[in-house]
Amino acid sequence: MMDKNFEPRIVAFLCNWCSYAGADLAGVSRIQYPTNVRIIRLPCSGRINPLYIVKALQNGVDGVLVSGCHPGDCHYISGNLVAGRKFALLKNFLVHLGIEPERVQFSWVSASEGPRFAQIVKKVVNEVKEIGPIEKMVKRL
Amino acid sequence: MMKEIETRIKEVVKDLFTQNKIDLFIGYSKGSLPLTSSPCFITKSEDIEKLVWNSFCSNNLAVYLPRIFNPQPRKKEKIELPRIGILAKGCDARSIVVLIKEHQIARDNVFILGIVCQGMGDRKKIRNDIEITGAEEKNGRITIVDENKKEIELKREELLSDCCIECQHATPPIHDILIESGNQRPAAPKGGGRDFEKKSIEDRWNLFQEEISKCIRCYACRQACPNCYCRECFADQTKPRWIGVTDHISDVMFYQIGRIFHQAGRCVDCGACVRACPMGIDLRVFTHKLVRDAKELFDYEAGVFLEEGLLLATFKPEDKQEFISEP
Repeated sequence: MMDKNFEPRIVAFLCNWCSYAGADLAGVSRIQYPTNVRIIRLPCSGRINPLYIVKALQNGVDGVLVSGCHPGDCHYISGNLVAGRKFALLKNFLVHLGIEPERVQFSWVSASEGPRFAQIVKKVVNEVKEIGPIEKMVKRL
Repeated sequence: MMKEIETRIKEVVKDLFTQNKIDLFIGYSKGSLPLTSSPCFITKSEDIEKLVWNSFCSNNLAVYLPRIFNPQPRKKEKIELPRIGILAKGCDARSIVVLIKEHQIARDNVFILGIVCQGMGDRKKIRNDIEITGAEEKNGRITIVDENKKEIELKREELLSDCCIECQHATPPIHDILIESGNQRPAAPKGGGRDFEKKSIEDRWNLFQEEISKCIRCYACRQACPNCYCRECFADQTKPRWIGVTDHISDVMFYQIGRIFHQAGRCVDCGACVRACPMGIDLRVFTHKLVRDAKELFDYEAGVFLEEGLLLATFKPEDKQEFISEP
């Protein structure tokens, strides 16, 4: 049933100050990473409404990556720490309902961690490839 | 015991009205069906006799408070807030704490008449093939009369709601007057959704789908929940329109996930949504997961301490980072 050529669509919500700059650094440094990821820039990981993530899944995105500044490095002092609690609860909750844990992933990437960003994207893409296209939650009319 | 509590409630409310301490009292009156009680609003002392107290006073009365205190959005001139007396079981009082913390209620304008709760009954636990035409409660036993005038005696304990069986906060955490009700019932270990959690991920998804497919999106769970006081619910928003207008299961799931997740760190497990659901969806399996996680991950229980910061507005350096994927 699994399509070997399956290329997942991943949405990455990145914070403006660290992770987006980290992704930029990965690009500027010419580090190769999968092109499956579509980046959406937000002011802060604290700006991410958990509903964005659920909505992305409903719209047929195969995986969601959320990334912000490392704890303690937030441009807005504590946006990522407050967001961290939301993310922890959301991830557990979605897994409780039966959505694969690989579909929604969170990480901290700083502006100087271009290689780390590339690694995270590779990891998420590989894991989502493994579990295949999203079937649950998607709205297909 | 129930009758004594009822008399005591009436005494207290009478005093409150004669001393002109409150404008409105929210309590329970006799329901329209046997084994039910309705919320009741009392504005003058002649009506105090309407108040009742029995094993079916299960509605969470805190749901009315934000609506009373915020009748008109964005009104500039200062309006005098009403003074409200409210009957509060453990869960009602916890909801009141949550609402005070979220600045939806003026604490000084609320008089909380706390009752140590012995758990409330769930009418749905009685076999549904009998039509109940009458009921009487005496000394921990409930006698119901069916359509053939046959009497059936039931133990009060057998009828307790699931959330009441597991309730660990029978005593209201805040109150202005407390009415005791004898020995506190020992709480069963927290179990809502525990069996569910042990199932495989596919089974869980199938069960979730099965439960949610019953939902007709009447939003009764939202209306019954004291925490759902948003002036515009995400479910009603049109910019952005979060939920499609179809009856597609994905839209229904989105509503339920959104609604339940909005209760993270706020749900006091009062069971109002479960009771309100006309389709009998076991919402506790899902809501209780967040209650448990708040406790296990962040050592936080909603509505217990008034001074403690809100779960999702605070953080601790020692917060667990297990949800983070490392490369």
